[in-house]
Order: sequence, then structure tokens, then C-alpha cells
Amino acid sequence: MAKVITADEAAALIQDGDTIMVGGFLGIGSPGTVLDAMVKNNVKDLTLICNDTAFPDKMVGKMIVNKQFKKIIVSHIGTNKETGRQMTAGELDVELNPQGTLAERIRSGGIGVGGFYTPTGVGTPVAEGKEMRVLDGREMLFETPLKAKVSYLKAVKADKAGNLRYHATGMNFNPIMAFAGETVVAEVDELVDFLDPDDVHTVGVLVDYIVRRGR
Amino acid sequence: MDLREKIGRRGAKLFKNGDLVNLGIGMPTILSNYIPAGLKLTFQSENGAVNFGPAPAEGYEDPYLTNAGAMPLSVLPGAAYFDSSTSFGLIRGGHVDATVLGVLEVDEKGNLANYMVPGKIVPGMGGAMDLVTGAKLVVAVSEHTDKSGASKIRKACTLPLTGKAVVDVILTELALIRVTPAGLVLEEIAPDTTVEEVVAKTEATLIIPEGGPKTIEY
Repeated sequence: MAKVITADEAAALIQDGDTIMVGGFLGIGSPGTVLDAMVKNNVKDLTLICNDTAFPDKMVGKMIVNKQFKKIIVSHIGTNKETGRQMTAGELDVELNPQGTLAERIRSGGIGVGGFYTPTGVGTPVAEGKEMRVLDGREMLFETPLKAKVSYLKAVKADKAGNLRYHATGMNFNPIMAFAGETVVAEVDELVDFLDPDDVHTVGVLVDYIVRRGR
Repeated sequence: MDLREKIGRRGAKLFKNGDLVNLGIGMPTILSNYIPAGLKLTFQSENGAVNFGPAPAEGYEDPYLTNAGAMPLSVLPGAAYFDSSTSFGLIRGGHVDATVLGVLEVDEKGNLANYMVPGKIVPGMGGAMDLVTGAKLVVAVSEHTDKSGASKIRKACTLPLTGKAVVDVILTELALIRVTPAGLVLEEIAPDTTVEEVVAKTEATLIIPEGGPKTIEY
């Protein structure tokens, strides 16, 4: 059974210095109510694992503007000028990962795999300092798993068992982050008694807390 | 015909019937306007969709359905959604037939630099490094020269690489250049240019095929 809590309670699950994962792609499929609550409670020095930093006035982008991160692990920051400014000013440590590598590092962290070899990034700055191997005649580099204290997800529907259903491209990183957080919070548009088991994207056993959007 | 239309029209003919295609943000998306009639392609958006259509009429947008630039999409028959791991499994795993990406610099070895200018712009690579690694055909589209008139097709890239020896075809408003083990082959030139002009505007060494390049048909 996932417990229904408020956005403020969800934001209070982390302290200064913690690592969080946030679902979403340019803010689509991000848990906006919980992110706004985190801006309000002003928790600081966080490490963020997310695809990108959205836009300055949207989703996780607002936390960037509010200077709540000391480090971010992302694939893209081009849509949020404040991220670039903080990086250039030396205020924010930005670790850029190829998007597929980021996804697979998160997946590895959640499914008990100790990392993986990938051809992506060979011969680029991404390969610097990484172990290399030739596998099947192809150069590959080793990537390590990622985990977080709390994963904050967004789904359109949850049921009382915590089962989640996403919609369209709002799915993105959410299903893999559901595995990789010590604690998992899902913000949802709608809470129902039961989802048809065939309709479940993320199994509820992974989900600790549900937040209803806007509450 | 302007530069973008030239690149769009020739580029769209590089695809084969049934290809799964991923177009990068910016100039590459122009190609989708010029797909030859009868050519059946499936487009992928890296944020987790295939078989999507153009932006819907105002008021009909679905806030959960966008392209990789956060612009609204519609869906076409055969559409499917999937998570980011699946999306990049398609890309890295060699299931994408062709990708088209923009260029900051491309060079004689097929190296591509398109994700950062250190100290100036650092948007990040997004899905580009995975696309150049996994797609079967990698097409780099670009203006032939930059705003200062300098060639974007270099002897060797000076910017941080997006991929090493990954580009198959370089397409500009002047020429279609194929990357081969021997070097860059000037396969086709636009009807309104000459081999001499293309060579003069290209820093990289170009191999001129016997009998000269073909003229691009738009």
C-alpha cells in the first residue's frame, strides 16, 4: 500500500545534501506540485539526477533558479540559461551524460546491475578517465550505476496499491527512476481504487508515497 | 530555392522505404517537409514516441505529448510510447536506420562536434552521442561555411567530439560528401555551384570522383 501524503510532506523527505532523481523531459512528466513545495522549503546543496534542467520558470528549472543544487547529472542544459550561468560562474557542478547512458545508469542502479560497457562516448570527453574494453571488436567504456535517496515521479494515474500509469511522452525517465530511489514518491493527476493490471506501467511495490497533483 | 530547402529536399532522398528515422532538433527537422511521395518512414522522438504527427490545432494539444524540443505533437496510426531506456535501446542497439544531426564541425575522418563550444555554449549532448553511435546511417547537415565564411568541414575537428569516426554523409547547400576510409568523396554538387567553388570553401581535402561529381537533383 502506498501512503497518500501532501506535496509539503513529500518535499520534507529530503535534507540538505541529499541526492534526488526527478522524472521528466524538459518538464513534461515532472512532478510539478512536489517541485514547487521543494522550492518553498528551500532545501539546499542537493545533487540532481534528471534528463535536463527544463526551463527557468518550469518544474526542476525553478529549483535551479533558486540555487538548490550543488551538482547535477543530466544530458542537456541548453533550455535553462541559469544552469549555464551557474556552471560558468563555478557555482554548480554539471556532469553531462549522453542521454542513453544516463538512462542505463539509472536502470542499472535500480535493477541491481553493477554497471555496463557502452560504445556511446568513445573518443569524446565522456570517455575521460573511464575504463575501456574491446568487446565484440568494438571499443566500449564502463559506466557506473546511479541511485538516489528519493525518486520523484509523475504519473497520470495511481491506484491504492501504488501501481502507476503514465501517458504519452510523459513516461520518459519515470519508470526506471521508480527502481533507483531508496524512497519513491509519485505525483499523480488521478487516484483510483484499482488499475486494470494490464494497464500498469510501474508496479506499486516500488512506490512508497502518492501525492495528488495540486495538494 | 533557399539553403534549407536544398538540404531538406536532397536529404529526404537519403532514406529508404521502411526506415526508422530520428531527426535532430533544428536544421535536421526540415527534411520531414520533403519526404518523397510513396516513401514510408517511421519517425522516432528520443523522448519516447514513434509514429507521431505535426502539432495539433490550437486547443487540441496534449500536455503530455511533445517532441524532444517540448513542442506539441499529434499521433498517427501505429504510434507507440515508451520509456527512455527503451528509446535509447532502439537508438544504441542499432534499430534506428538513419539519423540526421546538425554540425558545429565535421572532419575528414567523419568525426562530428556538435554539442559544445567550451567557455561559450554548453547545451549538452542530449541524445546525440547515442544517435551517432547506434544509427546505421549518420547524416550531418550544415551550411557549408559559418557566418565568417570559414569552412565547417575541417581537416580535423578542434571542438570536443560528439562522436569519433561516426558520420557517413555530409550534406550542405553546395554538396553531398561521403565519408570513406580513403577520405571525403565529393559525390554530388548543387546545380548552381562548381567543383572549384566547393573545394575553395572546404578546408578538408576532397576526393573528386573520376568523371566529376554528379549534379544534385532536387
